Amino acid sequence: MTTTAPAASATNTATQVAQQYVTFRVANDLYGVPVNVVQEVLNPQRIAKTPKAPPDIAGLLNLRGQIVTAVDLRTFFDLPPLEGETEPMNVVVRYRDEWFSLLVDEVGEVVDVGKTRMDPVPHSLAATRRGVLQGVLRLEDALLVVLEISAILDRRKG
Amino acid sequence: MIDDIVKEFLAESWENLGQLDSEIVQLEKRPTDTDLIASIFRTIHTIKGTCGFLGLPKLEGVAHSAENVLGQMRSRALPVTPDAISLVLEAVDRIKLLLESLESTGKEGNDDDTRLIRKLDLLASIPQAFLKTAQVEMSTPETDEDTVRVPGASAPPPTTEVTKPQTEPTTSSEPATAEDKTSEAVPSFTQSTPETQPASETTTTPETKPTPQSEPATPNWEEHARTAELSIRIDVQVLDHLMNLVGELVLTRNQLLQLTRGDEESRYAAPVAQLNRVTTHLQEGVMKTRMQPIGNAWNKLPRLVRDLSRVTSKQIDLELFGAETELDRTVLDAIKDPLTHMIRNSADHGIESPQEREAAGKSETGRICLKAYHEGGHVIIRIDDDGRGIAVDKVRDKAIRQGLITESDAEHRSDADLMQLIFHPGFSTAETISSVSGRGVGMDVVKTQIEKIGGTIELTSRPGQGTTIKIKIPLTLAIISALIVESGGESFAIPQLGVVELVRLSSSDLRKIERIRNHEFYRLRDRLLPLIPLHDIVGLEDSRESVEEANIVVVQVGEDQFGILVSQVFDTEEIVVKPVGSLLKHIDIYQGTTILGDGRVIMILDIAGIANQNGGLPSNENLQQDHTEGRGPEPTNVLLFDAGDNRTMGVPLSLVARLEEIPKEKIETAGRRKVVQYRDQLLPLLTIDGMSAVGDESSTIQPVIVFSEGNNSMGLLVQGIRDIIEERLTMHMNSNQPGVLGTAILGGQAVDVIDTHYYINQANPEWYADVKRQTLTRVLVLDDSIFFRQLITTTLESRGYDVLAVGSADDAIARLDQGERFHVIVSDLEMPDIDGFQFASACRVRPELSSTKLIAMTSLRDDDLLSRANQAGYDALLQKFDPPDLVATIRRLCETHGRQQRISA
Repeated sequence: MTTTAPAASATNTATQVAQQYVTFRVANDLYGVPVNVVQEVLNPQRIAKTPKAPPDIAGLLNLRGQIVTAVDLRTFFDLPPLEGETEPMNVVVRYRDEWFSLLVDEVGEVVDVGKTRMDPVPHSLAATRRGVLQGVLRLEDALLVVLEISAILDRRKG
Repeated sequence: MIDDIVKEFLAESWENLGQLDSEIVQLEKRPTDTDLIASIFRTIHTIKGTCGFLGLPKLEGVAHSAENVLGQMRSRALPVTPDAISLVLEAVDRIKLLLESLESTGKEGNDDDTRLIRKLDLLASIPQAFLKTAQVEMSTPETDEDTVRVPGASAPPPTTEVTKPQTEPTTSSEPATAEDKTSEAVPSFTQSTPETQPASETTTTPETKPTPQSEPATPNWEEHARTAELSIRIDVQVLDHLMNLVGELVLTRNQLLQLTRGDEESRYAAPVAQLNRVTTHLQEGVMKTRMQPIGNAWNKLPRLVRDLSRVTSKQIDLELFGAETELDRTVLDAIKDPLTHMIRNSADHGIESPQEREAAGKSETGRICLKAYHEGGHVIIRIDDDGRGIAVDKVRDKAIRQGLITESDAEHRSDADLMQLIFHPGFSTAETISSVSGRGVGMDVVKTQIEKIGGTIELTSRPGQGTTIKIKIPLTLAIISALIVESGGESFAIPQLGVVELVRLSSSDLRKIERIRNHEFYRLRDRLLPLIPLHDIVGLEDSRESVEEANIVVVQVGEDQFGILVSQVFDTEEIVVKPVGSLLKHIDIYQGTTILGDGRVIMILDIAGIANQNGGLPSNENLQQDHTEGRGPEPTNVLLFDAGDNRTMGVPLSLVARLEEIPKEKIETAGRRKVVQYRDQLLPLLTIDGMSAVGDESSTIQPVIVFSEGNNSMGLLVQGIRDIIEERLTMHMNSNQPGVLGTAILGGQAVDVIDTHYYINQANPEWYADVKRQTLTRVLVLDDSIFFRQLITTTLESRGYDVLAVGSADDAIARLDQGERFHVIVSDLEMPDIDGFQFASACRVRPELSSTKLIAMTSLRDDDLLSRANQAGYDALLQKFDPPDLVATIRRLCETHGRQQRISA
């Protein structure tokens, strides 16, 4: 019935590995999403609360007249909130014609992974949430966990 | 350079021509409307003038000849006949073709226009011969015309119009009387004919693009002139770009505000405040530029229907309502084609030929009614026709022939299901494929397009009576006026539409908020207003404690009012409704989100959703439980009271008008009855049967439950109010005791539920008799629950309806078989054996029930239900149990019913 947005299909297809990833940190881990789904990266923004929403929905923010739904990845991963004065940064992504912001501790960089093979998700990690982690890329100095955007942003119960 | 001018000419011409089609069709109906002729004349004249200027001889030729014909019509030298109109329309079509060619190739094309021009010229040259007959023909309708003319739209006397349009401005605004008209109209013919040409030459055009002859618009056409002068054409891309820039400006402004915040002394403070204001207005203004009236999408339809009726030899009236309803332009574009499709379908397939209609006892002229309006944050477009409706068996046969379903498949499908096949790709029921429709792409395309913009489409059809299509489109970017409130430290918008009044409570007023266990009420004038604290709704901390005052936003849902308690009320703002994101869609207390002038994002509350959540209707979670636990009645708010002797009884809260506390010394005894003077009226007081002494003896206050109907009220004396609980009301025992409906388990104990009907009757036996005599409406109530049966009966009888209640569909059908007739049938949807859907389908095949209105009641909340109920044949679907809503619905349905009867009579 519904056609899959191009962005989603790109991340869905297991064989197709994106070349470039935007990386960011949540707690102690380094995550990445394909660069083509990322619209922009923003400093901490004013976020309007949306009472009654699922706990990991931090709220809504106004990006030049566009309403963006902010998903707090810490809450999503059942991690404690950021401590102190630090406020989360925004990785704005587009999924199914809608704008979302992933709230992360710190935005890293755009890494070119070249032909690096994506390893399957280790079992110990796979337990978190099914389908959320797409795979792991071994970078020179760190492990990059690639997130499956659709599993985070698509909550339709089917 | 030249290209730009041509482009502008094209854009302007297209716009004018769009309007022209419908104007010419109107002219056919109102041949003497001089304003209309003048307007059409002007449009053609503008095109002609510009063509001459741009060097487009072919266009100029056609426009010139068409203008001549119109000039003759305008001076009443030529009668406005259907044939003449057809010729003018043909000329308009040719102009369009030429424009199209100009648009795509930059040239006028090589088609030969000489024949058309000759025909037009011939028509324009014969008026002298028509003059005599014309006078007769024209003066007669003139009189009729005046009696129905809308004030303000009245035409000036023809003399003024033709000979000296600039000099007599005032006459146009004064509706001329019929006598004036006729007496002046006759001489006008002789006077004006010789002057036709000069008159048309001096006629000016009020368009923004000046023609060589351009002069100031005459006051006669003030209205046209005003809109034309005050609007200019802007490229949509420019607007979109502008909107993005404004967005950036808002952000920058926000940063500036941050920098100056808290520093009132700063010399930047004042300019920044000014910038803030201007930016806000700028943002709102730019948002509004994207809104267009829906009329823009349907100005082609009158022409379409007119042509269709001529091709098919039918008589069709197209009525349009709500053309001013505004929609975002992207949505508008998206619905244009579907609308055209559906209107075409209605005219081609729906409306019968005059003979067929007459044989069916209908008026020869078919009617298609197109309505647009805002409802609950959506734009609703309704298309009603009074044609032959859709024959389910034809749909079924066709579907089987087309291989869409198998024969055995069809056996198992309900009529409503079969009707859905209309939306199946490649389905068309037209017996023969006509030039008009029936190309096999139709409703499926319509459905896809509507769904693409997030809309829904519902189709209901009654054989022989017509078809209704209801399209619901989200408001996406529609602008609404909303009240900005604050609660629990967060701001929310409440659509102004539902707001009745605002009540400000000072700290002393706060004590007037009464609590009955967990429910708060406020005494607002003569009634007890249920309060819902906003912080409760949204699950935030109560911020009221820190504040000395509170505000109640009194809102209305259906006929019910309740108060939303908020800590602060700010301003009313025009806000742009944006759809709720997919992750928040399931939360039914929000109808959208918006960005305020200062850039803040806030949620727009859905009043209806809040009312549902708090009105005893099951929330989504409850619904899920219902499904797992099996079907049960929905939770109802029940008022529990101490009837005396520590006996707890209950009454559904929806039947209670208010709770009062009356000083005991005010209770008087008149005969054997007790009364109290209350607001200049005597309120009859009763006690529960078998209870004599009531009220706490040590107290001087007597609690009373007041039931009310119209101007009549009665009070039930009770020992005390215990509680209001929300529970599923299942009657476990039916009582033989008068005044008791039955026993229900409420809050873990067995409670007798009182029969309000009985007590109201006791208090004033004539009460119902009075109303009853006034009414003739007979209602059949079908519900398997005795409790609801009784509740509905009470509600309806108290409003004077003649009610018969039965407990099963079998019983109902037996009554119908016995020849009993009802104006309205109210049926539960969820029943054992034969359910409400099957029952309705069974009713709808009975010809004698064709005019009976069917209302479904349900305790479930399910989006599918409405369309299923409609397909089964229900006229309305209501939630259990909202007495005012039920009564209002019956009243509404019976009114339309009455009107239809009058029409067919």
